[in-house]
Amino acid sequence: MSLAWELLKRETALAWGRGGGPLVSAGFYLGVATLLPLAAGPEPARLAAVAPGVAWVTLALATLLGLDRLFERDYEDGALDLLTLSPLPLEFVCALKCLGQWLATGLPLALAAPITEIALGGSPALAPLVLISAMIGGLAFAFAGGIGAALSLGARRGGLLTAVIVLPLFTPPVIFGGGALDAFASGLPWGAGFVLLCAYATAAIALGPLAMAAACRNALS
Amino acid sequence: MISAPAFLSNPERFMAFSRWAAPLFGATAVLLAVTGLWLGFTAPEDYQQGDTVRIMFIHVPAAWLSMFAYICLGIASFLSLVFRHALADAAAKSAAPLGAGFTALALVTGSLWGRPMWGTWWVWDARLTSVLVLFLFYLAYMALRSALDDEAKAARACAILALVGLVNLPVVHWSVNWWNSLHQGVTVFAKGGPKMAPVFLVPLLLMVLAYMAAFGALWLVRIRGEVWRRRADAALSRLART
Amino acid sequence: MLDLEFGKYEGFIWAAYGISALVFVLLTVASLRFSAHWKRQAEQLKAQEDARS
Repeated sequence: MSLAWELLKRETALAWGRGGGPLVSAGFYLGVATLLPLAAGPEPARLAAVAPGVAWVTLALATLLGLDRLFERDYEDGALDLLTLSPLPLEFVCALKCLGQWLATGLPLALAAPITEIALGGSPALAPLVLISAMIGGLAFAFAGGIGAALSLGARRGGLLTAVIVLPLFTPPVIFGGGALDAFASGLPWGAGFVLLCAYATAAIALGPLAMAAACRNALS
Repeated sequence: MISAPAFLSNPERFMAFSRWAAPLFGATAVLLAVTGLWLGFTAPEDYQQGDTVRIMFIHVPAAWLSMFAYICLGIASFLSLVFRHALADAAAKSAAPLGAGFTALALVTGSLWGRPMWGTWWVWDARLTSVLVLFLFYLAYMALRSALDDEAKAARACAILALVGLVNLPVVHWSVNWWNSLHQGVTVFAKGGPKMAPVFLVPLLLMVLAYMAAFGALWLVRIRGEVWRRRADAALSRLART
Repeated sequence: MLDLEFGKYEGFIWAAYGISALVFVLLTVASLRFSAHWKRQAEQLKAQEDARS
C-alpha cells in the first residue's frame, strides 16, 4: 500500500511539473475568459448564456494539456519498463498515473472553472454545481485521456495525435455535464445529467486502465 | 484456443479465395446498383419528400455501411488482438479508409437531403452526431496507424483503439439522444422510423446490398494489396540481410 | 417511366449522386492502384531473390 502511495506522490509531482499546478490552469482559464468576449462580442446577456458551457468545454480542452506527456516521459527514460516489473499490476499503476494527473491538473482546473463561469457573467448559484461536475468530469477526462496518451506512445507527433484520439471519447461526458449545467441554469431537474456524468466517470475509471495497460505493454514489447 | 476459419487465417487460402471473390462482389455490386437505380428513378415522387426521396437511395446505404464497416473493423481488430493473425490486422487496416469514405458520403448526402427538407444543412440529432463522431474515430484510427512506425505495435495499438471505439459509440449515440430529449430540438424522425412505401423500399434495399457488395469487393482488393505489401517488405528485409 | 426531372431539388440530387459517384471512383481507383503497385513490387523482389540464390 505504501508502494502505491509513493507512486501516487511521484506521479502527482511529475504531473505538477509538466504543466500542472494552479498557475498554469488558472492562466489557461484566464486566457479563455479574456479571448471569448473579444471573439464572441461583449454583450453581457450573450456571455452569460454561454458562460457555463464555455467553462465546461474549456475544462475538457485544458485536460489535454500535459496529457501527451503522461506516459511519454516514463517511456523515454525507461521508468515505464521498471513500473511493469513492480509488484503492483500495470493496470493499477496506470490508474495511479491518471489519478496523479487529475490531482495536479484536474483539481486546480476544477477550482478555476466556477471562477471563470462567474467572471463571464454566469449565475453565482450555478458555481457549486460547476465545481462538483468539473471535479468529476475531470476524473472522466483524465482516465479517458490516458487511453489516448498510452496509445500514442512512440508515435510521431504524439501530442496532436492524443487529442484526435481522445476527443471522440470526451463527447459523452461533455454532453452529460453540459446537460446538467444547462438544466440547472434553466431551473429544470439536473440530477439525471449529473448521475450520468458520474456513471461515465466510474466506467472510465474501471475500464480505462485495462486499455492503458494493454497499450503500454504493446509499446514496450 | 478457437481458430478462425481457415480461409481467413491462412494467407495463401485467402489469396486464392479473394482472387475470384473480389471481382464477383464487384460485378454483383454493379448489377444491383443498376437495378436499384433504375427502380429508384422510375418510382413516382414521394408525396412528402418529392423528388428528394431519391437521395435516400444513396444516403441510407452509405449510413448503413458506415456502421457496418466499423463493425467489420471491430471484429477484425478483435481477431488480430486475440489470435494475432496478420491477416486480421490487414483486414482491419483496409476497412478504415473505406469506412471513412462511406461515413463522409453519409454526412454529405444527409446534408444535401436535409437542406431542402428541413431547411438546414445540419441538426444536432443523435444519429447525425453519432455519425460525425464515427467519422472522427475513423480519422483517429488512420492517424494512429500512420504515426506508428513499427507495424506490429501499430497493429495492436490500433486494435485497442478500435475496441475502445466500439464501446464508446453506443454511449455517444445514447448520450446525444438523451441530450436531444433535454433540448427538445427538431423532431425529425417519426417514432419507429419513417414508413416507406414498397415502391421505395425495394430499390433502397437493392442499393444497400449493392453498397455492401461494393464494400466487400474493395475491402478484398485492399487486403490483397496489404498482403502483397507485407510480402514485399519481408522480401526487402531478406535481400538487405544477405 | 424514367424520371430525371427534379424541379427545384435538381441541384441537391445531382450533387448527392455526383459526390457519391466521385467517392466510389476514387476509392476504387485508389484500392486497385494500391493493390497492383504492391503486387508488382512483391513479384519484382521475389524475382530478385530467386536470381540471387
